[in-house]
Amino acid sequence: MTVIGKSVTRLEDRALLTGTGRFAGDQNFEGQLYMRVVRSTVAHGRIVSIDTRAAAEMPGVFAVWTCADVADVPAINLRPGSALQDLERCRQPILAQGVVRYVGEPVAVVFADDPYRAEDAAELVWAEIEDLPPVVGLMDTPGEFSPGVSTEPSVFETGYGDVDAAFASAAHIIECELTVGRHTGVPLETRGALSIWNEAKGQLEFHAAAKVPHNNRIALATLLGLELDQLHLFEGHVGGGFGVRGEIYPDEVLVNLAALRFRRPVKWIEDRMEHLISANHSREQTHRIRAATDADGLILAIDDEFWFNQGAYARTHGATVPSVTAAMLPGPYKLPAYRSTGHIRLTNVTPAGTYRGPGRYETTFVREMLIERIAAELGLDPLEVRRTNLIAADEMPYDRPFSVGGSPIQYDSGDYPGALASALDQFGYDALQAEMAARRAAGELAGVGLICFVERGGDGPFDDVRVEMAADGSVEVVTGVASVGQGAETVVAQVCAETLGIDYSGIVVTHGQTDRIARGQGARASRVTVMTGNATHMAASGVRTILLETAAGLLQSPAETLDIVDGVIGLAGSPGDGPSLTVAEAAAEAICARGGTHLAVEETFEIDRATYSFGVHLAAVSVDPMTAGVTVERYAIAYDIGRAVNPMLVEGQLVGGAVQGIGGALLEEFLYDEAGQPLSVTFADYLMPTAAEVPDIECLVLEGDRSTTNPLGLKSGGDAGVTGAGAAIAAAIGAAIGKPETVTRLPVSPRRLRDILKAKS
Amino acid sequence: MTRITLNVNGTDHAVEVEPRHSLVDALREQCGQTGSHIGCEHGVCGACTILVDDEPVRGCLMFAVQADGKKIRTIEGLAENGAFNALQQAFHEHHALQCGFCTPGMLMLATWIVERGAPVSDDELRDIMASNLCRCTGYRNILRAVRAVLDGTITRGAGA
Repeated sequence: MTVIGKSVTRLEDRALLTGTGRFAGDQNFEGQLYMRVVRSTVAHGRIVSIDTRAAAEMPGVFAVWTCADVADVPAINLRPGSALQDLERCRQPILAQGVVRYVGEPVAVVFADDPYRAEDAAELVWAEIEDLPPVVGLMDTPGEFSPGVSTEPSVFETGYGDVDAAFASAAHIIECELTVGRHTGVPLETRGALSIWNEAKGQLEFHAAAKVPHNNRIALATLLGLELDQLHLFEGHVGGGFGVRGEIYPDEVLVNLAALRFRRPVKWIEDRMEHLISANHSREQTHRIRAATDADGLILAIDDEFWFNQGAYARTHGATVPSVTAAMLPGPYKLPAYRSTGHIRLTNVTPAGTYRGPGRYETTFVREMLIERIAAELGLDPLEVRRTNLIAADEMPYDRPFSVGGSPIQYDSGDYPGALASALDQFGYDALQAEMAARRAAGELAGVGLICFVERGGDGPFDDVRVEMAADGSVEVVTGVASVGQGAETVVAQVCAETLGIDYSGIVVTHGQTDRIARGQGARASRVTVMTGNATHMAASGVRTILLETAAGLLQSPAETLDIVDGVIGLAGSPGDGPSLTVAEAAAEAICARGGTHLAVEETFEIDRATYSFGVHLAAVSVDPMTAGVTVERYAIAYDIGRAVNPMLVEGQLVGGAVQGIGGALLEEFLYDEAGQPLSVTFADYLMPTAAEVPDIECLVLEGDRSTTNPLGLKSGGDAGVTGAGAAIAAAIGAAIGKPETVTRLPVSPRRLRDILKAKS
Repeated sequence: MTRITLNVNGTDHAVEVEPRHSLVDALREQCGQTGSHIGCEHGVCGACTILVDDEPVRGCLMFAVQADGKKIRTIEGLAENGAFNALQQAFHEHHALQCGFCTPGMLMLATWIVERGAPVSDDELRDIMASNLCRCTGYRNILRAVRAVLDGTITRGAGA
C-alpha cells in the first residue's frame, strides 16, 4: 500500500461541506456574556478620561472595564525565541494605559448579555483623548516614540564575507530602493474567542483556540497568573490563519480574564473593521540595496539596509519578520559576501507580526528586482543573470556562513538549475517570450516576469505524536499540531496509514487539544507536514513493530519476514498467500498480552535546522495604457518539494498562496493619512483578489532531491505560493512597460502605475 | 420584538427578532443553523450567501423581518439522505475548499448557477463566482468544481 504521494481527498471536508463545522462563532455556552471592545479613534493621544456610566446603565450590560480594571495584568509577552531584548519595552498592554498609540487600540471593554446590546453600550463609552502628534513615516529621522523608547528601538547587522573588498573591486555597482506595502493575511473568519471556567475541574477552558494552542497556553497562564494545569485550550475549526489568526492579542486575554473573574462564559467575535485595524499587519519594508558584480553579472556582494514598520507595539512574534528578512534575502544565489542592516521602526499604526511567507515575499521582490536591474544595466537577459548566479547541484548541501536565531542556514538538497530548466520547458518560456516580444512590437504593453526563490520550512525544535490503536484496529493520532485549513489531518493520516499498512480514511487525527497531549508546536512557519509527519511516522512505526512481533508469534514467522498490506499481516512480498491475520486481530492479541485498552506509542521528532527548497514563479501580464490596469494573463509556479505527501494539497497551497501574493502585488495595502487614520478598513478599501482578478494558476510540483533533514525526506509547501508572487508580477510589469527600474513599490496599484507610465512618456 | 416565521430548508422556524437583526444572525442564533458564516457584515465577502426564494442573497444585508414567510435555503439543506449532492461531491473531489469558511456561500451561489439550467460560459462563471471572496484556494479549484457539475461530469455524491 502506498498512500504517501497520492492525491487522496481530504478527511476534513465532510463537516465543512455540510455546514456542521465548529468555528468560533458556532460555539455557545449557557449563560454566556458577549464582549465588545472599545477602540481608540486617534493614532496617538493622552487619555484624559473615560466615561463608562451611560454604558454601564444600559439594560443587559454586566460590566465595563477600563485600564484601571486590568492594570495588574502584564503586557503581552514576546514568544520565546522570537525576541530581541530591545523590543521588550515595546510590548502592548491589554487595555491602553494612559496613552493610545494606534487607531484600533483597545481602551475599554463592555460585557453584556447580547451581542447587539454589547455593541450599543460600547458606543456609549466616551474616551476623552488629547491628541499628540503621531509618527506615521517609516523613514522619518528617529526620535522619541514613548518615554525612553526610540522610534528605532533596534538596529541589527548580520552577514558574512568581505563586503567592502568586493565593492572595491567590482566591475559594476547597481543600487536601488524598493518598498513593499503594508498587507496582512485576512482570514475569512475574523478572530473570536470563547472561554469558560470549569468549576468541577477548577480550570479555565479557552475554546476557539488556533495556530499555536500549546504555546498560547503557556503565555496565557503566565499573563493570567494561573498554574499550567488550570488552563486548557481547545481548537475547533479555524477559518484561515496565514500567520495572523491564533496569536495572543489583547482581546483574547480580556475574554479569558473575564471568564476567570466572572465565573461565567464569555464570547467575543470581532467584526471585519476591527480585524483590519487590530489583527497583525505585516510586510511593510523599504530596502536600500546595492550589488557588486563582475563584468558578466556574477554577484560578488550584496549590501542591504532595510527599514521594517513594526507599528505601535512589538507583538508576540518579536523580531521574527526582520530577522527572517535578513536570513532569506540571499535566496538561491551563491553570493560570496553579504551584509544586512535592519532597522525596526515604531510608528502610530496597527502593530505588525508575521503573514504567510514572512521575510520571503519581501526579500524575493527586492532581490529579484535587483537582478532585473543588474540585467538592464549590464545589457544582459535577466534569466542569464539568474543562471550565472544560481547555486549548482554539486554544491549541495550549501552552507550560508551566518545564522539566524541560532539556527544554521544550510540548503540541504536540490538541483536549482535543473528545476529552473524543467519550469522553462513546462511553461513554454521561449515561445511565451517570443509572443510577448511580438505584442510589444505591435504596440502593446505586455511582458513576462520569471523569478527564482528559496523557501524555508520544517524547522524545529520538536514535535510529539502519540499513535493509539484500539482492539478493533481503529487508530487515533494525537498531536500538538493545529489545523488552519491546510489539510493537516489528511496529511498526518496518510503518513500514519503508509507506515501501518492500513487505510488512511478511517484514521482520526486529534489536534490542538492541550488536554490530550502535553506539548505541541502548532501550525506555523510551514512546519506541519515535515515535523508532525516525521513524528507520526516514528510513533506509527512503534505500533507497527508491536503488531508484527505479535503476529510473528501467531504466524510462526520472524517479524522481519512479515509485512502489512491493506490491513492484513502476512509474509512480505506475497500478499494473500500463506497464513495471515488482520491488524485488528493482532492489535486485540497485543492489547490482551500487554494490558490496557490501547496500543499507544508516543515519539518525539527533534531537529535543529530548517529544510530549504527551490521554486520559480512566472507571470505574464498586460497593461492597459489608458487605465493603468494590469491583467494577469498567465501565472505559473514550479516548486521542488522533494517528496509530496499529497500533490493535490501541495497544489492547493501553491495556488492559494499565489493569489494572496498577487493581491499584495496589485491590490492590497493598508494606507494611512497624515494623522494616522487608517484608510483601509473595509473590504471595499482593502481589496483582495476575487476570481475575476486572477487566471487559473498553473503548477509544476517537482519531486527532485529529498530533504536530508528528516527521515521521510519532506520539505515544506505552505509558503511557496506566496513567496515569489510580488517579484514575478513586478518583473512582468517592468518587462511589459520596458522599464524594470521604474517598478519600485508594491502594490503596483493603477494610480502608481499611471504615474510610472506618465513619467516614462 | 417581532414574531416572524422563517422557512429554512423546508422547515418552519417561528422566531422573535428585533427589526434590526440581520437574516444571517437570525438563522444562526435563533434557528440554530450555523452553517452560513459571517465574514464581513458589509456585503462584500459573500460567506453568508443563501438562497431566498431561490435567488442568491447576502444574509448580512437582509433583515430577518424581510424574509418572513419566504423560502430560505442554506448549506444545511444540500445533502441528500446523508449523502453529498453533486456540488458538495465536486468541491470534495476537486479540493475546492481549505479552511471551509467561505464554502457555504460558494456552494449556495453555485447552487443558483446550476439550478438556473442555462448554459454558462467560463467567463460568465468566473464573473459570477467573483461575487464571493475566498482567501485559501485561489479560486481555481472552486471554478473547476462548479464546471464539473455544470458539464455533468459529477452528478451525485457518495454516501455518508
